[in-house]
Amino acid sequence: MAISVKNVTKRFGDFVALDDVSIDVPDGGLTALLGPSGSGKSTLLRVIAGLEQPDSGQVLISGEDNTGTRVQDRNVGFVFQHYAAFKHMTVFDNIAFGLRIKGEGSGTIRERVKQLIELVHLKGFERRYPNQLSGGQRQRMALARALAVEPRVLLLDEPFGALDAKVREELRTWLRRLHDDVHVTTIFVTHDQEEAMDVAEQIIVMNDGKVEQSGGPRDLYEDPASEFVMSFVGPAHRLGDAWVRPHDVDIRHEPNGQTIEAMIQRIVHLGFEVRVELTLTDGEQFSVQLTRDEVEQLELSEGQIVFVRPRSTRVFAPGGRGSKVTNKPEVA
Amino acid sequence: MSALSRRSRWGLRSVALIYLAALLMVPVGMIFYRAFEHGLSAPIDAVTSANGLHAFWLTILCVGIAVPLNTLFGVVTALVLVRQNFRGKALLNAAIDLPFAISPVVIGLALFLVYAPRNSWFGGWLMNNGIQVIFSVPGMILATIFVSLPFVVREVMPVLQEIGMDQEEAAETLGASPWQTFWKVTLPAIRWGVTYGVVLATARALGEFGAVSVVAGNISGTGGTQTLPLYVKNQFDNFNLAGAYGAAIVLAILAIAVLFGMNLLQRRSRSAEGGEDEHELPGPGVFVPQPVKEA
Repeated sequence: MAISVKNVTKRFGDFVALDDVSIDVPDGGLTALLGPSGSGKSTLLRVIAGLEQPDSGQVLISGEDNTGTRVQDRNVGFVFQHYAAFKHMTVFDNIAFGLRIKGEGSGTIRERVKQLIELVHLKGFERRYPNQLSGGQRQRMALARALAVEPRVLLLDEPFGALDAKVREELRTWLRRLHDDVHVTTIFVTHDQEEAMDVAEQIIVMNDGKVEQSGGPRDLYEDPASEFVMSFVGPAHRLGDAWVRPHDVDIRHEPNGQTIEAMIQRIVHLGFEVRVELTLTDGEQFSVQLTRDEVEQLELSEGQIVFVRPRSTRVFAPGGRGSKVTNKPEVA
Repeated sequence: MSALSRRSRWGLRSVALIYLAALLMVPVGMIFYRAFEHGLSAPIDAVTSANGLHAFWLTILCVGIAVPLNTLFGVVTALVLVRQNFRGKALLNAAIDLPFAISPVVIGLALFLVYAPRNSWFGGWLMNNGIQVIFSVPGMILATIFVSLPFVVREVMPVLQEIGMDQEEAAETLGASPWQTFWKVTLPAIRWGVTYGVVLATARALGEFGAVSVVAGNISGTGGTQTLPLYVKNQFDNFNLAGAYGAAIVLAILAIAVLFGMNLLQRRSRSAEGGEDEHELPGPGVFVPQPVKEA
């Protein structure tokens, strides 16, 4: 079901968590709400779920105004960062909870729970209690519990935030595949731009209770609408008035009039990719991303003085959309 | 590993044990020893006499009314104090501790001032309607409620704070009404806090002397107003030491039984839910399950 949020404002005391926010999420899509902590992304998710009431504005699910609908009647699946597992119930009972509330017969419940347990790869764990599961298993159980009632939309609040890096990556891939199977409209909140770009088809970037930009992962990276999006989605450095991505910089040994002088502070080898950390003459620091081969060719070493030149930069008019400046290829 | 050497660990342990032994175990042990010093008949007579039995059942009545009421009130109050914000919350929170702060004798006197048949707020009105509070069972129940009131609230509040609202919100998104959420999610999550509060409240209510003594008027006999603690004191004052020790032992056994009962329940249920430290076994599925440390 498509979700539409119209002009929602939410305050907590003096703090404006959501400032006239409007978003549209297409039916069957997988959308990420991306932003730093305090940007309002979790509040927006909770407003959609009905766990918070907006001060003004509307929440439409499948075209139907749900702003005043109780959480219980909204039929949304919600997954919490810290799992919110019912600790006194087994995996089976956790997943069956929503079905039992609905008053389904025990045969139906057994059948449905069995399917879900297979879907989330927890077969053999039915009789376990949550504290006998790893974090990743608990979160998959929580996902099965949310899916059990066949929700109209699935909302995930930093679902992988409490897991360690390796499990997080596995679950990311798995969620992507699960969504291909289940096809329920899904919104997930994250502060990790890489996670958002990896999983989502559409990303809504939030900052300070407002939507900064929404679009596909590529649009946001290639065509950021504001300095905030430029710096938050992918790495970026400021050089004077312009912003530059660390992989859009050339390094050379001789100045040519268009270059800036810098000293190599540190060379960090990250496998294929190498990060060269530079200090400019005015003390400002920034880093350049090169491949291993490029570093070898240029014979770079720490402490060297080099000259850098951005290949392409982006300039943002105050309050306006950014414009891209592509520098002409150098003539040697 | 602890940085303490073997010697200092033993030293610390001995200090704790000697302290407990000297101040708690020896006096309680002495009661048992003295009661049965001259055989079983005197203490058994003391507690199976008509007066003794009356005191026993009166104690059970007071505890049986005060503890359930305080449990119900305690859970509701804890929920209100933890989950809601309102003016005067700090004041209510502080008022809960009054029974801890005020001497039981003063509590007895306070109840006397409110409910005494003469020169009180509405004792006279109650009396005219056929209800005698002071020097009677209702007053004793009120005193017992007063002194055992904070325990459930104080045990449940930290548990509610710790579990947060995630589980309750999860239940709501799954369609559970507030009532269903309370019975199926909140109550099971706080049950050990409630149990511990009930045990402490029961122990306190069983043993209450000061407040009950003031409002009861210490009328002895089968129609009287003596609970077991008052009966013990009465026997003691009348030089019936065997009787006093016998009744004291009944009190001690009741309290210890409650404590043991709780421990037993807790252990059984904990093992059913799996210990916190239990490691999961690798299971089927596409993942190699990894133990995850939570922050």
